[in-house]
Amino acid sequence: MTRTEVLVIGAGPAGIAAATAAAENGCAVIVLDDNLSAGGQIWRGATVQETGSSSRGNTTKRRALERLRRSGAQVLGGRCVFSAEASGMLQTLQETGSGSLVEQFHFEKLILATGARERFLPFPGWTLPGVFGAGGLQSLMKGGYRVAGKRVVVAGTGPLLIAVATHLAQEGAVVSSVVEQAALAQLAPFAASLWAHPAKLVQGARYRAKLWKTSYRIGCWVLEAIAGSDGQRLGAVRVTDGTRTWTEPCDLLACGYHLVPNTEIAQLLGCELPGDFVQVDKTQRTSLPNVFCAGEPTGIAGLEAAMVQGEIAGLACAGVSSAPLQKRAAAERAFCDGMEKAFALRRELRSLPRPDTIVCRCEDVTFGSLHGYTGWTDAKLQTRCGMGPCQGRVCGPAVEFLLGWRPVSVRQPLFPVPLQAFCFQDERVEINKMNEPIKEKA
Amino acid sequence: MKPYDILIVGAGIVGSAVARECALLGWRVGVIEGGTPAGGATAAGMGHVVVMDDSPAQLALTAFSRSLWQQESGKLPKSVEYENRGTIWVAADDEEMAEVHARQRVYEEAGIEARVLTAAGLADKEPNLRRGLAGGLLVPGDSVVYPPAAAGFYLAEARRLGAEVFLARAMSASQGQVLLSDGVSLVAERIVLAVGTECDLLPSLPIQKRKGHLVITDRYPGFVHHQLVELGYLKSAHKVTDDSVAFNVQPRQTGQLLLGSSRQYGNEEPQAEAEILRRMIDRATEYMPGLKELSVLRVWTGFRAATADKLPLIGPAAGLSEDRSLWLAAGFEGLGITNAPGAARLLMDAMLGRKSAIDAVPYLPGRLMEPARPAHA
Amino acid sequence: MPETCTITINGATRQVARGTTVAVALLLAEQPSRISVTGEGRAALCGMGTCFECRAVVNGILHRRTCQILCEQAMTVETSR
Ligand SMILES: Cc1cc2nc3c(=O)[nH]c(=O)nc-3n(C[C@H](O)[C@H](O)[C@H](O)COP(=O)(O)OP(=O)(O)OC[C@H]3O[C@@H](n4cnc5c(N)ncnc54)[C@H](O)[C@@H]3O)c2cc1C
Ligand SMILES: Cc1cc2nc3c(=O)[nH]c(=O)nc-3n(C[C@H](O)[C@H](O)[C@H](O)COP(=O)(O)OP(=O)(O)OC[C@H]3O[C@@H](n4cnc5c(N)ncnc54)[C@H](O)[C@@H]3O)c2cc1C
Ligand code: FES
Repeated sequence: MTRTEVLVIGAGPAGIAAATAAAENGCAVIVLDDNLSAGGQIWRGATVQETGSSSRGNTTKRRALERLRRSGAQVLGGRCVFSAEASGMLQTLQETGSGSLVEQFHFEKLILATGARERFLPFPGWTLPGVFGAGGLQSLMKGGYRVAGKRVVVAGTGPLLIAVATHLAQEGAVVSSVVEQAALAQLAPFAASLWAHPAKLVQGARYRAKLWKTSYRIGCWVLEAIAGSDGQRLGAVRVTDGTRTWTEPCDLLACGYHLVPNTEIAQLLGCELPGDFVQVDKTQRTSLPNVFCAGEPTGIAGLEAAMVQGEIAGLACAGVSSAPLQKRAAAERAFCDGMEKAFALRRELRSLPRPDTIVCRCEDVTFGSLHGYTGWTDAKLQTRCGMGPCQGRVCGPAVEFLLGWRPVSVRQPLFPVPLQAFCFQDERVEINKMNEPIKEKA
Repeated sequence: MKPYDILIVGAGIVGSAVARECALLGWRVGVIEGGTPAGGATAAGMGHVVVMDDSPAQLALTAFSRSLWQQESGKLPKSVEYENRGTIWVAADDEEMAEVHARQRVYEEAGIEARVLTAAGLADKEPNLRRGLAGGLLVPGDSVVYPPAAAGFYLAEARRLGAEVFLARAMSASQGQVLLSDGVSLVAERIVLAVGTECDLLPSLPIQKRKGHLVITDRYPGFVHHQLVELGYLKSAHKVTDDSVAFNVQPRQTGQLLLGSSRQYGNEEPQAEAEILRRMIDRATEYMPGLKELSVLRVWTGFRAATADKLPLIGPAAGLSEDRSLWLAAGFEGLGITNAPGAARLLMDAMLGRKSAIDAVPYLPGRLMEPARPAHA
Repeated sequence: MPETCTITINGATRQVARGTTVAVALLLAEQPSRISVTGEGRAALCGMGTCFECRAVVNGILHRRTCQILCEQAMTVETSR
């Protein structure tokens, strides 16, 4: 059992900023993350070869990680939080090649910085090997996947598509097109609002420069992924602009429809979520007095918002005023609202799946079999949709978009865990006792 | 408004089975469900179709019901996941082995096939059980089903035959009239309360909630072949006061394992509880150490509708209510999946004045007129 | 430390760069991570531990999320069936 004053879940930009701020101001801080190293989705540890040239993005990352290290906050990677209680305890599972380990952490204050996952929408062929999430392909590249020379279509919606396409191009892939479902009229006001965010504009320009050979197709979407000659792997995609439809041969498809916040832990703890997002006050405090939340779970607003919110949450835990930062946070929130409108999903995407298209990939439940039920629970009980190991993380948001059913009931374990994880008593946990966090003087 | 022949409150497995029986007679049937059809105890239960010899009346009803499951097994849709797994009652020591022999004779007398397994025979059938167990009793005719789909099948059959389903809560049910939460009022000659553990329509229902925990794993095909239950299960199911746990593991058709079981009174919170869960899992891993490493997908709880004599309430509400239009099909404790088809048959027999295949008297609700409620802490 | 490690995927030996995730090793070997309930070959989708499509048998342990596990010397990986 490990005790700490401040526990941060998530070592992405929000969690890093939060941990740094809290630790620099005298708190004992531990940061937990499912990923092996700190960085979250955007700064995911480029553990294999970092071929891309060092850009401003990398500088920000380096600085943030360096400052985190010096702050004395302790980062524990490879720990997946599967249960949590607002009274001050949570449990993690660590998986290695040879087995797994359960640990207990006790905290006074908790900062949820659990980020977001991609939204996937089912379309014919989306289960073929060769079809990835957009962010999915990017993180697999960071895990050593080589894409040089491969023809790739990047599709879906959201600002992530350009970032992924750029990364692919950097790694030598041939990005034939970026297919963005949002209509130009929808995107224009958002693009205009970028002028108010110079940093984002520079980022965007750098992206465009890398992609000069790529067609950027706005108001288009992928209808279908088609198997190649072997019937086993992706060979091409069918793309449409709503009137015209064409085929683009490709080896890989990177397709994601923006992001879904990871709010499971917040829900489990009993934090208020008025809609899709966790409710927070000006200091990022949730409806529970000892629980704070920063980054994507409070609204999908990107890197800058995550960092400033994280810092505010960290300062709040340390009892330090964050008033000067709050104006910036508010501006970032406005950016989030703009983004939500710009990348709103078009109706036509609801008719992508055919009756035999799989919606629940864990249990192979087809779209056709979901008809005639009264809601999520009814359909889940009768078809097994959402009963697999991902527990509806993929099909839940898809079904919500397609059929309007909201998945219910978040339960522990939040992730599959070995049966013996439930048999932990405090004295047995002591076996895995770790050192109390060591604090360097700030 | 034209009256229904029968209104059934509750679309769990019991209400749905009753609805189908009535629809088969050509009756005008209305089914009222306030939550999700099959979303109550039926969604939480294990789906072990099992002959139990707790009492002669229980043995008779479970054996009769199991025979109905067997008769219909060829016609059930695939989604019901009917599998004739058989049960092995596992004996840990010589004392329990003596019990195995005694029960074998009881089953035999009732015409239920049951075979004694030696220690070696048990290990051969279930290699993942720990070594050193004394043996067991194999009941080959028992089976496993997926309860929500079974209930869904009954209800779909009833609808196909003309039954109507109302998705609303029944706020009152008396004198042949049911008032729904959406303002609709329905009338019928008879009303059946198949309400599971919910007693608000008839507060005199002598039913108590008995909480149970279940754990489902990822897919491990071939890890377990039969439904395995420790012989001590009967003892633990029998106890009416203390919290208890027993080793009970079920192989699902998916290759998943469903692990039970716990029994608690006086706790009506749906949350899973760490302490009893740990006891339950410790018990399971004592019998089957290899379970420890298996990956768990989900944990949930459910409530059994317990009566003082552990037998269900099937028949007219007479004795519990003056209302001649009220009938009951409730109080099935941990055997409602098994007993749903038998109960539906007995209820129809009573309504039609037909002779039943088994003596229906032990299940008549009036027997619990002066409800001797089990004491609890 | 060596720059590569040797692992076995579905019986065949493969060299992978140090720091490669098991999910990626499967992709590079063009082996599905798992065979779905209806018999389709599947591979990693999300790359971040949420979709469970990359589940495979690692060192004999079933249902491991391979995108969250790094290759180690002498590791055995099999498609989950
Ligand atoms: C044989 C069998 C196999 C199963 N296999 C799997 C599996 O492989 N994977 C899996 O994930 N699940 C499995 N289940 C679990 C099944 O889904 C459970 O019944 C589970 O409890 C329901 O899941 P849920 O969270 O979607 O719905 P529930 O949590 O049951 O939600 C139902 C609805 O009812 C409400 N509700 C429930 N109880 C109460 C209450 N007491 N008070 C107020 N509201 C309440 C909830 O808020 C919710 O809106 C299996 C069940 C059975 C019977
Ligand atoms: C942990 C556990 C394990 C079990 N294992 C087994 C097993 O292995 N084998 C076995 O045979 N049995 C088992 N059981 C028992 C079995 O699940 C139940 O006996 C059975 O599901 C009861 O079915 P039911 O239709 O009576 O009740 P329910 O399924 O609870 O249905 C009652 C329905 O009535 C509805 N309702 C109630 N009041 C109203 C109202 N006023 N208006 C409208 N609708 C209303 C409810 O919403 C509900 O859907 C188990 C139970 C538990 C809890
Ligand atoms: S690829 Fe989605 S969990 Fe590993």
